[in-house]
Amino acid sequence: MTARSIAMNIEQVAVRFGGLVAISDMSFTVGEGEIVSLIGPNGAGKTTAFNVMTGFLTPSAGQVTYQGTTLTGLKPHEIADLGLIRTFQRTGVFPNDTVYDNLLIGLHRQGRVRLLDAILGLPGARASERRLRQRASELIEWVGLERRAHDAAGSLSYGEQRLVGVALALAAEPSMLLLDEPVSGMNASETHRFVELIRSIRDRGITILLVEHDMPMVMTVSDRIVVLNYGRIIAEGTPDVIRNDPAVIEAYLGHGAGRA
Amino acid sequence: MRAAVTILVVAALASVPLWLRDPYLLNALITTGIFVVGAMSLNLLLGFTGQLSLGHIAFFGIGAYVSALTSLGFDVGLPGGVRLVHAPWPPIAGFLLAILVAGLCGYFVGLLSFRVRGAYFVIVTISFAEVVRLVALNWVELTQGPLALTNIPSIALPLPGIGELTLRTKMQNYYLVLVVALVAYLLIARLVHSHFGRAMRGLMENETLAVSVGIDVTRTLTLAAVISAAIAGAAGSLYAHYIRIIDPEVFAFINTVTMVIMVISGGKGSLAGPVIGGLIFGLLPVALRPVMAPEAQWIAYGGVLIAILFVLPRGIVPSLAQRFIRPRSGAPALAPVALTETGAKEPA
Repeated sequence: MTARSIAMNIEQVAVRFGGLVAISDMSFTVGEGEIVSLIGPNGAGKTTAFNVMTGFLTPSAGQVTYQGTTLTGLKPHEIADLGLIRTFQRTGVFPNDTVYDNLLIGLHRQGRVRLLDAILGLPGARASERRLRQRASELIEWVGLERRAHDAAGSLSYGEQRLVGVALALAAEPSMLLLDEPVSGMNASETHRFVELIRSIRDRGITILLVEHDMPMVMTVSDRIVVLNYGRIIAEGTPDVIRNDPAVIEAYLGHGAGRA
Repeated sequence: MRAAVTILVVAALASVPLWLRDPYLLNALITTGIFVVGAMSLNLLLGFTGQLSLGHIAFFGIGAYVSALTSLGFDVGLPGGVRLVHAPWPPIAGFLLAILVAGLCGYFVGLLSFRVRGAYFVIVTISFAEVVRLVALNWVELTQGPLALTNIPSIALPLPGIGELTLRTKMQNYYLVLVVALVAYLLIARLVHSHFGRAMRGLMENETLAVSVGIDVTRTLTLAAVISAAIAGAAGSLYAHYIRIIDPEVFAFINTVTMVIMVISGGKGSLAGPVIGGLIFGLLPVALRPVMAPEAQWIAYGGVLIAILFVLPRGIVPSLAQRFIRPRSGAPALAPVALTETGAKEPA
């Protein structure tokens, strides 16, 4: 693998909720333009890690830096402004709005105009509005939801809602995308399409960190995999290395698979 | 189509004083109009950000007092032997100051309470209204306390080159209220359909997702609170200069409740909702007066509210829109303007 510059650096992050240790001493890096997956059994601390990286949780120790900026103390919307955008496992859409309006909300970062311009309907604000609408249509087309554009997002299937969630995240123009279990609830063909989507997102130069349970999918798409168990990193490497790592096999299948 | 309906409605409203000569009815329409403006401002918060301001009348009352005091002048002693003397200014200056001061109060109340939100916002706004009422009641030197501020001048419009037009008649005041109401309506409509409105809607529907795409919660909600309070202040100023006497009772909790009822019955989160709800509950007393004693009327209001919400649970405008406007092909029956909590609980 060629040496990449580091996009995100997670340094000795620990998260404790009272006496419960959700993450203990987690360190790894994600290179620019890389697809890295964070995997591990349920409760391993994957979503907690995401929450730390996006400012929803403050780590008890350690820090995360993104493109040289320390994220500690920044609010989620400030982190979004750095180009670090996440999707959610559940509740990834604005359910009562149409898919189209969802994307318009997602385009918030691109649509900032002055309040007075918007209220008076000045040409600048109108032009910005036209640009946003154009962009929203493009994104809908890109994830292939043209036929559902004017349906309430909450009425879509789970797979479709995932696509809306990703389109929403892309609307925010990320330089790095954090995907939280994007293919759970998708069938095989939807998953296959989603893998293609992830690759084309990466081809646009967007770094991707993925949390996912679907092992075949993770193995296909990832450049590198980080395995968490009980809040610790137990293995890190390319899919081939991870596939054969005894600690990983034990974490997933249990100690002495014969007894399980 | 939409534009035609708008023009028709505005024309109908503008024609009222031309055929309605009864001063009592015209008076009822003017005061109702003022409260409709207040209800519209409340709806901006309650309907479009989901925050319930149960002390909304405070901004209305502050607008009324600021406007009245600006145009009446005052002379009060401050701690340290300083006297604060203000000579009367034209009422139109009072109107502008009322908007400014009420907006500023909205900013501070918003800033204080939106970090925690929800029930805390409700509590902060109730307390704020009560504190302001007590100040108005007890700072007698400034506000005359329960003796009320009287002889508040009518609003006079400066006409360049001609002089001034003092709005004394009911007809003139009707048009003044109508113009202010239309401006407020347009302002709110533009706002909620803009980038800012989408940020508010995003926060109300899914706050976690909204902040993750870069929406600043505190800034968005504070902005809504400022604009809402400023509009309420404008309504208060109109009230002071039309009624021409105000006392601390203007801050009474029942006045906030009236506005909340107007918004809920008409349909929160819809632009026309507070107008329809406001007209119903503003004019109901007029309709009931010949047939019911005042005490019985309160019961009737409650009955009407329950009846409306029983038949049209999301408020008149959103419920009717859902029923009669066919959604686009395949889309669930969901009015685009209606974003209510009930809507969120029943995924279509």
